[in-house]
Amino acid sequence: MRARVTVTLKSGVLDPQGKAIEGALKALGIAGVASVRQGKVFDIELEGEDVARAEGALKDAAEKLLANPIIENYRIEVVG
Amino acid sequence: MKSAVLIFPGSNRERDAARALKLISGHAPAMVFHAETELPAGTDLVVLPGGFSYGDYLRCGAIAAHAPIMEAVRSHVRRGGLAIGICNGFQILCEAELLPGVLLRNSGIKFLCREVCLRIERSDTPFTRGYNAGQVIRVPIAHGEGSYFASPATIARLENEGRVLFRYTAPDGSRNEAWNVNGSTNAIAGVLSEKLNVLGLMPHPENHVESAIGSTDGRGFFAGLVAHFAQAA
Repeated sequence: MRARVTVTLKSGVLDPQGKAIEGALKALGIAGVASVRQGKVFDIELEGEDVARAEGALKDAAEKLLANPIIENYRIEVVG
Repeated sequence: MKSAVLIFPGSNRERDAARALKLISGHAPAMVFHAETELPAGTDLVVLPGGFSYGDYLRCGAIAAHAPIMEAVRSHVRRGGLAIGICNGFQILCEAELLPGVLLRNSGIKFLCREVCLRIERSDTPFTRGYNAGQVIRVPIAHGEGSYFASPATIARLENEGRVLFRYTAPDGSRNEAWNVNGSTNAIAGVLSEKLNVLGLMPHPENHVESAIGSTDGRGFFAGLVAHFAQAA
């Protein structure tokens, strides 16, 4: 089973890397870029076929390690 | 003062910390590997040194925060033992939730390796009894992720409880955003835990302890700790 955990910065948390990327995109002349926030994507292979159990394990993983709840939100998708 | 310096894969300031501790306390600290599960018996002070534990992968300090030795650090802290995290050590203590908040990328993005002015906010702690409250010292920083951040409620609590121990200021001790080099909230450079026995700070007092380096402003940090334990004994 494959899953994806997406970690994004909470709104209000300063993201100088996102700002730098935003500046670079504007410098490249890419039209219509209003703002950029940088995040992280984790593609995870899981053993077994129990989706509920996988979601439980991924929630545990996200809360214990993949995301820092002070500054980040996370989203879990089991992609089959 | 019996101290222990932890070593994680990627730590690189452990010898600086050990050198300063030996120079000022007269005793070499125990060097304790991350995979150990116990601190040496009778350890008074644990130091988590600077560096780039686990290559700063995921988030600075996030992986080291789960190292086996950290359970022993938790027990030590629960018993009231002292712990100091310097630079990457501060990041590890935040990720381990032994200190509140988190260190974000410097607001100006760049890695900063320079001297800063640090105002000592209070002298009635084991970490700062070698200084006077309001005193300004010059110490180096070397970090890319040192911008202290916490929720507004946490910041208010830290300020109200006197848990901001060091602040980035101008040389005369005044608050000035130009001297808050990494964009930390409220120019916070060092914070204390609720019981005031855990300290995290981004600057490196251990690098300003010998006159050959040009400044000994960091000596008071270690001398104060030695005095604290001499009095307790």
